[in-house]
Amino acid sequence: MDLRQALEIVSHTDPGMVRTNNEDSIASIPDKGLVVLADGMGGYNAGEVASGMATTVLTTELRQLLEDHAPNAVDPQSGQKAALKMLQQQIAKANTTIYRAAQSQPQYAGMGTTLVVALFYDNKVMVAHIGDSRLYRMRGNEFSQVSKDHSLLQEQVDAGMLTKEQAKLSSNKNLVTRALGIDPAVEAEIHEYETRPGDIYLLCSDGLSDMVGDEDIGMTLQALGANLNLAAQQLVQMANDNGGRDNISVILIKILREYPAGEGLASKLFGWFR
Amino acid sequence: MAKLILSMDGLVLKEIPLSKERITIGRKPHNDIQIDNLAVSGEHAVIVTILADPFLEDLGSTNGTFVNGKTVKKHFLQNNDVVELGKYKLKYISDVLPGATKAADFEKTMVLRPGAMRKPPDPTAPAAAAAPVAAVPGHVDTVPTGAHADAAALAAAGAPRSHADTQIGITAASVAATAAAPRSHTDTQVGITAASVAAAAAAPARRATLKLLSGANAGKEMELTKPLTTLGKPGVQVAVITRRPQGFFITHVEGANKPIVNGNPIELQAHALNDRDVIELAGVKVEFFFKP
Repeated sequence: MDLRQALEIVSHTDPGMVRTNNEDSIASIPDKGLVVLADGMGGYNAGEVASGMATTVLTTELRQLLEDHAPNAVDPQSGQKAALKMLQQQIAKANTTIYRAAQSQPQYAGMGTTLVVALFYDNKVMVAHIGDSRLYRMRGNEFSQVSKDHSLLQEQVDAGMLTKEQAKLSSNKNLVTRALGIDPAVEAEIHEYETRPGDIYLLCSDGLSDMVGDEDIGMTLQALGANLNLAAQQLVQMANDNGGRDNISVILIKILREYPAGEGLASKLFGWFR
Repeated sequence: MAKLILSMDGLVLKEIPLSKERITIGRKPHNDIQIDNLAVSGEHAVIVTILADPFLEDLGSTNGTFVNGKTVKKHFLQNNDVVELGKYKLKYISDVLPGATKAADFEKTMVLRPGAMRKPPDPTAPAAAAAPVAAVPGHVDTVPTGAHADAAALAAAGAPRSHADTQIGITAASVAATAAAPRSHTDTQVGITAASVAAAAAAPARRATLKLLSGANAGKEMELTKPLTTLGKPGVQVAVITRRPQGFFITHVEGANKPIVNGNPIELQAHALNDRDVIELAGVKVEFFFKP
């Protein structure tokens, strides 16, 4: 099933105003409804090696898997969707790849990356994330953060030590509690959500969310949702205007119309007459 | 380094650097900051610094702890906060220099390893690890305690590693060094917030307004206060005016026709607006001008 008619996807990545190299990595497979964003960490060029490995492994492997399997198929034994298994397995594979490279090559020692992946199928999106790269959703006038960071700050907020407002003032924004490639195994947080035509999804690295307030991000999507490319550029520009202290990456996905799964004639007709 | 300035009746008594991750305040002599006054409880309050974030906590004092005039149980200290205990005042100064140049080195994302969180807390600072958690009910004690010990490990380890290639993979060994670790490097981290806050506040000083020149509402004015303002009719023709540090810019968003500025259609990219520019869009004329 080709999702290019149902999803508009644009992406933009920028090193920012302070750093010379870009350790973020983004990738998408529009016809399969897959987008991947990774924010690498580790010295010299190791960060971009880690994030690059993450996006490469995930897109290469998932492209093949999605060619052969329907993501919405349910495994009769586990009762789980194929998409879940695919994401879990391929994230594990990416983790192992990065971990082994870090172990075997001294210059890559300790490298790792955050990750946020969104897979669209059957009027749904399955989101997997590790670390503090985020997924937001704009639905109607409501702009909200969908993923919850794996970070010290988020844990402090959850524990009641800080309010969300205080968290903005914290100096400890840069500490994540989970990352890909740091340990032999990692657990991604995976959730599935219904999508609706008109929804705009935003995947971003902390270079955006640390520099631009949620309110301004929401306002930008609201105002420029008709021109997704411009919206992506505007978001990056706002982060840079505010100092651009980190690499900034954004992927925007707009749901143009419904995309129910099913190859049969009946479901196609049903899709038309909705 | 961040510090506290102790004063009474406007008279500065002492400057205390926040050199430890846990600083106790009270009347009894074993406190780090001893205030020998009967209005101050034996163990009155404590300041626990988690990396660069200092938290003030009242330890159930008789007369209470006040920050900027309000009674607090637990408070995330911000620069220039004034803590009051009885007649004594403690002013918190986070030694942040806006635009601290080294901040970028410390802003790199780092990992707190979950593996390290499972290890027992550092025996030299068990109270410190427990303190921020004590006031929080319920399930949280494993996570923040671990995170705290770990965060401290990271702060300590951050020092020698700040310019090295690896910033991930802190080992348990560094925890032991935590209590004694100098704070100079964690201090540098404080610079980050101020720098970004300063950057965020760097909105253009000039204010601008749009004035409608045609249509039923001709003569009406609208100030451009938001980072971006859209003009036009959705589905027909829309443009956006963005407010940036460099000034104001108009960009085409949707529609077959581009907005016209001073008689000429603008290009695809953002077009800088000058005082008294006339914009035509979706059949409406507006004038852009800067406010004096």
